[in-house]
Amino acid sequence: MGVARPGTAAPLPNPPPQGGRERAALAPPKVELRDVGLRYFGLEGETEALSTISLSIKAGEFVAIIGPSGCGKSTLLSLISGILKPTGGAVLLDGRPVTGPSRKVGYMLQQDYLFEWRTILENAVLGAEIQGADMARARERATALLTRYGLGQFLHHRPRQLSGGMRQRVALARTLCTEPDIVLLDEPFSALDSQTRLALGDEIGEILRRERKTAILVTHDIGEAISMAERVIVLSRRPAQVKSDRPIGFATADGGRPTPLAARNAPEFNGYFNALWQELEVHVEG
Amino acid sequence: MSKVETVPLAGASPEYRAWLRSERRGRITVRAAQLALLLLLLVLWEVLPRAQIINPLFTSYPSALWPTFLELLKATPQQPSILAHTWATSLATVIGFSAAIVLGTAIAAALWWWNDLYKVLDPYLVVANAMPKTAFVPIFYIWLGATLSVYGMSLAISLFVTILMIYNGFQGTDPNKIKLAQTFGASKAQVLTKVVLPGAVPTLIAALKVNVGLSLVGVVVGEFQSGNLGLGYLIQYGSQIFKLNIVMTAITILAIVSSVMYLAISWLEMVVMRRR
Repeated sequence: MGVARPGTAAPLPNPPPQGGRERAALAPPKVELRDVGLRYFGLEGETEALSTISLSIKAGEFVAIIGPSGCGKSTLLSLISGILKPTGGAVLLDGRPVTGPSRKVGYMLQQDYLFEWRTILENAVLGAEIQGADMARARERATALLTRYGLGQFLHHRPRQLSGGMRQRVALARTLCTEPDIVLLDEPFSALDSQTRLALGDEIGEILRRERKTAILVTHDIGEAISMAERVIVLSRRPAQVKSDRPIGFATADGGRPTPLAARNAPEFNGYFNALWQELEVHVEG
Repeated sequence: MSKVETVPLAGASPEYRAWLRSERRGRITVRAAQLALLLLLLVLWEVLPRAQIINPLFTSYPSALWPTFLELLKATPQQPSILAHTWATSLATVIGFSAAIVLGTAIAAALWWWNDLYKVLDPYLVVANAMPKTAFVPIFYIWLGATLSVYGMSLAISLFVTILMIYNGFQGTDPNKIKLAQTFGASKAQVLTKVVLPGAVPTLIAALKVNVGLSLVGVVVGEFQSGNLGLGYLIQYGSQIFKLNIVMTAITILAIVSSVMYLAISWLEMVVMRRR
């Protein structure tokens, strides 16, 4: 197994073709993991977090990754975002190996982590500011996003003046302000109360679908995975491996995808839920 | 605006007005008690020596301070005005704690940047912080001379605690906030200037509050040794010629100077924190 070292690009047979969705079949996958492994080193010893994981995600796909807690789901996202380097295998975006954080990728963390010393608008343009982008344009875009998410009147408020759901919407605006193609969601609703969680999950799912983003959602909530994603990948216990990879489909009148809330009431939902539950092998230890 | 969202009613209910009144009464009572305590202390200080219960030679009394102050206001060929003494002490203190904050923040940032440097220096910093800096007053006097040794002591006494406080503040940055900046591709310098430093502003202010008091101690002790200027010198001089009036007047002015500086920092804190 080849170990990807930073700076040493794996040889590519063909340069990735530029093209729209109709030529997607020719294009390399949006996100590809080839035999990715990750080990952590500590004085107590070595921990193998991820074994050999191979995945391929197409442009515009909404994929959910579930797995037992502590199995390395979040680590997987850190690898795709480029803030962690795999100790084995390679991560590729559009056919190119990841060597560091990429502008193509937006990352939503478990909590909003808004900076309390910045206003809402200043928080939303953080990414653009770090990337040295055109700030006037970034502010314009952030204002438009925040207004669309119902936060137009809070642009110059401080984060502490907003509720949890509103703050997570600001975090979404911050992620989308830099116009990523790929959005990584690391249990972004887990810190919210259950009502806000459902409503915001619905809302964010719709936004990402409408903007045709490739999305990877990591969650421990089976229902959330089924209702939001069109494909659910189950990881095994540590060291994590892909245990199953299941497409999620719902029969709808117009052939389109139901909203997450509608999906929860669809007849197929329970079947998927039970199958995934079996695969997760949840044990209550005690 | 407050953190908790409150619903302001158009007209306050009688119960609410009563509650407001009792709150206000409570605040007034505390203030009155504080003032009464001060008055009590002053009265005791005045009455006990006058009644010869304690020796006035050792304590002077409050009513003697004002005439002494007026007398000290006049500059003589041997003795500058007390205003010059006060100014010298205040200036050295402000310079001392400002330098400690600037230098301390810079050193803490260097330690944050090069973690190995911190690991190496850690025991030295801890010992330097625990050491009684005032033990160095005579050495500073020899090394730096009359004026600079006062500034040096003022800086030395607050520098190490500042480094340790601010470094701990830097270390306390939520790692997830750093991770967030890194997902946007932030460099180490950007993490420092956009996440770590702004996040440590409350720590900086806390350090400033500690430093005001410490630097004043450094200045006064430095002036004991080296000065022919400053309130520390005046206290030393007064005690040598056994004029407790001078000593007590200088100490009272010191109390006023430190209160004013502390209030100034509190005001700064209010201004900064209101923006957050």
